[in-house]
Amino acid sequence: MAGKDLSMLKDPMVDNNPITLQVLGICSALAVTSSLKVALVMAIAVTLVTAFSNFFISLLRNQIPSSIRIIVQMVIIASLVILVDQVLKAYLYEISKTLSVFVGLIITNCIVMGRAEAYAMKNPPIPSFLDGIGNGLGYSLILLLVGVVRELLGSGSLFGVQILETVNNGGWYVPNGLLLLPPSAFFVIGLLIWGFRTWKPAQVEKRDYKIMETEGAH
Amino acid sequence: MPNAENTTAPTGLWARFNAMPLDSAPRTITVAVVLCLICSMIVSGAAVLLKPQQEINKTLDKKTNILKVAGLFEAGVDVEKAFGAFEPRLVDVATGKFSDAADAATYDQRAAAKDPVLSVALDNDPASIKRQAKLASVYLLRDDAGKIERIILPVHGYGLWSTLYGFIALNADGNEVYGLRFYSHGETPGLGAEVDNPKWMAQWPGKLVYGDNGSVDIGVGKSAPAGIDGSKHHIDAIAGATLTSRGVDNLVKFWMGEQGFKTFLDNLKKGEA
Repeated sequence: MAGKDLSMLKDPMVDNNPITLQVLGICSALAVTSSLKVALVMAIAVTLVTAFSNFFISLLRNQIPSSIRIIVQMVIIASLVILVDQVLKAYLYEISKTLSVFVGLIITNCIVMGRAEAYAMKNPPIPSFLDGIGNGLGYSLILLLVGVVRELLGSGSLFGVQILETVNNGGWYVPNGLLLLPPSAFFVIGLLIWGFRTWKPAQVEKRDYKIMETEGAH
Repeated sequence: MPNAENTTAPTGLWARFNAMPLDSAPRTITVAVVLCLICSMIVSGAAVLLKPQQEINKTLDKKTNILKVAGLFEAGVDVEKAFGAFEPRLVDVATGKFSDAADAATYDQRAAAKDPVLSVALDNDPASIKRQAKLASVYLLRDDAGKIERIILPVHGYGLWSTLYGFIALNADGNEVYGLRFYSHGETPGLGAEVDNPKWMAQWPGKLVYGDNGSVDIGVGKSAPAGIDGSKHHIDAIAGATLTSRGVDNLVKFWMGEQGFKTFLDNLKKGEA
């Protein structure tokens, strides 16, 4: 059992990562990764919300009528997200200002809803909770990786601590401004997915179709 | 999955409820109502419990912003202590004179603007604020000799989605801008919210609010209007945020004009405030 629990946590990190394999939760990964501190808070928030929403939905799974199950899931997820938002505003005000709308948008993060629908509706509370933590950690891992690349190359720092002295401050490093803009996260995530799939070829998706060889083609 | 209760004959409310098919209308409605009630109680409970802490943060943030606009903020500074350098005063906007009608330290201008007794409805309302508080909280920074060094004035007005609240800091002459920054707004991140961008804010210092004849010449726009010296009065609008920029333009013109602090600044210059 302990081994199974562990694999439930480890599995979504690499083998079944919500971002690189399931390609979920991309939009928030683009928005909050320009600095590591913000990415870390967002990662913790999403992990907590996924874990607890999975837990509560699983607890109620036998009482949820299937006709309104998506709405029920949304109500639970939304309540948890508001809780997170309120706590951030009370104790981490500066960060909550930077995260602004993105905390509210955890509600629309496909990972949360996806795990609720795919796992928590069919499994007991404790495994669902672990599944939520695992997927949250998988999301966090990618978020932090992207955050490291973007903050280090974009502003020459990590967690706000200057690593590469920038030209503006009399150093040698010319920061790459593109990496502070959201599109750069697309490139970084794309490269990560490429890397993951080269490392684990089993993750490569089968082609949906194959271009037919037409007869008489020149 | 069968429930354990289903094996016994239905007795009582809970058992009868459990015996209903999961997808029947009464059961669906009951589940929805109960769940919504519980969730709303949790959410409102959290909001009420955390409110005091959030208010403390908001006040601290406002003070930090006053310090920043006055150029007194340094990382790691004790905000409460540094804030002691300011002299909070109330100004009667209509007469342009200092007022002692309320306690300047605790007066809440935002709350007053909603109170019909403490505010006036505006007919000419370019900043779209509907009601204006009769008294405004201003903050004065004096040098060692007691002479006014900087004047920090509260400004607010409507942007695209939200009311922007901020401060404009003027030098002792009541004309040259020392800085402008907003501490609360709900503009689009990346577009309108670029009013917080240090690069954009850096355009404000050194600009003059009033022209030679006393008219409000400062403005935000694509280019300076004809007859106005852009290098002295013009602030470049934010790309992609035309309506927010227009809102900032309106609110600065409003608060610096006759309906705003112009009378007060004139009085201050003459030493009659």
